[in-house]
Amino acid sequence: MRRRLLTGNQAAAWGARLSGMEYAPFFPITPQTEIMETLAGWIDRGELTGRLVTLDSEHSMVTAAGAAAATGVRVFTATSSQGLLHAMEMIYTVPGWRAPFVMVNVSRGIASPITLEPDHNDIMAARDSGFLQIHCATCQEVLDAILLAYRIAEHPRVRLPVLVNMDGFYLSFTREPVIIPDAALATRFVGAFTDDDTQFTPRTPTSLGVAVLGGTPYSYFRYQAHQASLNALEIFEESAEEFHTLFNRRPLLIEEFYSEDADIVFVMIGSFATKAKNAVMELRAEGWKIGLVRPCLLRPLPIHAIFKALTGKKGVAVIDQNLAAGRGGVLHGEITGALYGRPGAPPTITSFIGGLGGRDISGAEFREMAVVTHHAMERGETPPPRLLFTQAELASVRKMQATALGSHALPTKTQKGEGHE
Amino acid sequence: MYRIRFHGRGGQGMKTASRILGTACFIEGYEVQDAPRYGAERRGAPMFAYVRVSHTTIYERGVVPVPDLVVVADASLMAIPAAGLLTGCTPQTILIMPPLYAETPPLPFPGVHLTMDMDKIRETQISPSHLSSLWAGAAARLCGIVTETSLLQAVEEELVLLGEEAVAKNRQSALFGWRLMEAHTGCVTEKREPSSKAPPPEWIEFPWDPVSMSAPAIRSPETSRGVITGLWRSVRPVIDDARCGKCWWNCSVHCPDSAITVNKEGAPVIDYAHCKGCLICVEECPRRAITVRPEERDPEKGDPP
Ligand code: SF4
Ligand code: SF4
Repeated sequence: MRRRLLTGNQAAAWGARLSGMEYAPFFPITPQTEIMETLAGWIDRGELTGRLVTLDSEHSMVTAAGAAAATGVRVFTATSSQGLLHAMEMIYTVPGWRAPFVMVNVSRGIASPITLEPDHNDIMAARDSGFLQIHCATCQEVLDAILLAYRIAEHPRVRLPVLVNMDGFYLSFTREPVIIPDAALATRFVGAFTDDDTQFTPRTPTSLGVAVLGGTPYSYFRYQAHQASLNALEIFEESAEEFHTLFNRRPLLIEEFYSEDADIVFVMIGSFATKAKNAVMELRAEGWKIGLVRPCLLRPLPIHAIFKALTGKKGVAVIDQNLAAGRGGVLHGEITGALYGRPGAPPTITSFIGGLGGRDISGAEFREMAVVTHHAMERGETPPPRLLFTQAELASVRKMQATALGSHALPTKTQKGEGHE
Repeated sequence: MYRIRFHGRGGQGMKTASRILGTACFIEGYEVQDAPRYGAERRGAPMFAYVRVSHTTIYERGVVPVPDLVVVADASLMAIPAAGLLTGCTPQTILIMPPLYAETPPLPFPGVHLTMDMDKIRETQISPSHLSSLWAGAAARLCGIVTETSLLQAVEEELVLLGEEAVAKNRQSALFGWRLMEAHTGCVTEKREPSSKAPPPEWIEFPWDPVSMSAPAIRSPETSRGVITGLWRSVRPVIDDARCGKCWWNCSVHCPDSAITVNKEGAPVIDYAHCKGCLICVEECPRRAITVRPEERDPEKGDPP
């Protein structure tokens, strides 16, 4: 067991290495490429056996991953943003093959406008695909989640692929201390990928993902995959328990940070949640009864755990680092859906959209979200969702527009009173 | 917590410098977070890397808005506002960099400005490819929380894949940077968390704008002229008139920035304010009439400052 400085990408590569990855189909994309490079470097230097191939696109990459997994090979791959979207047809297809493998997504905002920095719209697009989803807040969690993901994915009661998500830049390129588990213990934990259903040989051909005509068989197979996904809740807890015994760290369905006695709770996922921790500690020091609840597993959604953590709270502020056009924050919908109509559900659930395209969320903004939620609780009236976007930011966009549009810039009513000269 | 920012151009080793410092502090038992930040990933583009060093778990993430130490590897970056060298500097911030260019106006920098003696470094014949270790060594000394042994061990850990010789040279370079800063040992001071009690954010009611401005489009060609891509250049293509056959179309058509125009005499002319130094023209010229020189800016000849 060693504690070392690793980037999220390196931690992901270590996760794959310690899980006994055998086959890694890849297609490079910023900010994921370092995962591929790290694995390729190890294979090159003879430190890792297994085969890494580059495919012609993410679509082929996910097809290859699913196909190889279906033959009983332990598969690892990774992508990001546009790459995940490009693979989307297969992302929705391979869970139906019931082919278990692990794929890391390094979150990055999606086009248009195209960008490099993170938000969760890419991973949210895969939310309902049948892949399980684990969301990480630290580089350590990335490594741990991959070990855990293989255990869950390959479990006979689940047999589905898993997406492990980390934020681009904020984790992918950020080094922080990571404990690299002992290789023998990791092997013991992950176990062998043996299942009679995946013993593929040319003598015993299998057709996967066949067509069905008619809604009856279709409903049957789709709902089977859904149930397998729900089974993962139990398998997660069971595996996390064993993980804790072996490694003395416990992977969590949801992280609860000072939330037990809190009146107000922030809810968010991903690495920006550590910023919320700073805010929680500072507000606590001033007497606020405030905490943070961070769902780590998003698919299946741990509805009972979320309800248990939030029941009896007076106010919940959901901070979404994504934007479903025409709806608002995805997590806000997930949380309200999980709580609605249950006794003890928090009466006030405010919605904030922040951190799009890597936009920072400041300590002062966390404080203001707490203040807004507090007022809403007192008034019994929930304000409309809010984008975290300041006067100064609008002014900076206006400046860009003045340059980009030149004489095409239109004077608009909205520019009045914006402090824009 | 100590918050340190390294600024340089892509290829100048500032990511490596930040990692050597990060690892050295980690060896000393600190919690560490380090990360590079690139815009466009191209050689020569301004980039920075940051390091946070703390006694306890680090929850802060993302760029360092208020640095305690700023290390600048390249004085030419001062001309590029977007490089943000001085962003968030306070009277307590320490700045270490090569001497400013003669024509540079006084820096709007409120803190303590130290100058790296580049002449001394040249005398020792430290290779430019080992300068990242030198900056790391200097930064380590300025912070004053790293021993010489940990610094050298960090150099080794970070660069082991480059081979023994490179490690040895980098160790020398790191030590040199370390020694040059002796008089300023530990002058960087650590700061507390910035308080969330800062004035509340001025969130706005989000405006609706017509699509003519609310879609990400550039409609003004002036922007291409306004962006001085010549600042990206680290090498310069120079047309040798004696060899140029005035075919005119090869170099000018292939230039991705339309930086080569053809004058009345049919001779190609490079616009150095916009030539980004990609050297495609060099590759395309059938007569090998375009040579590559190291970059030296000459405002007299229309170069960006
Ligand atoms: S391609 Fe070469 S020969 Fe032709 S105009 Fe350009 S420099 Fe001259
Ligand atoms: S170096 Fe590139 S940008 Fe510069 S003139 Fe040649 S082709 Fe154009």
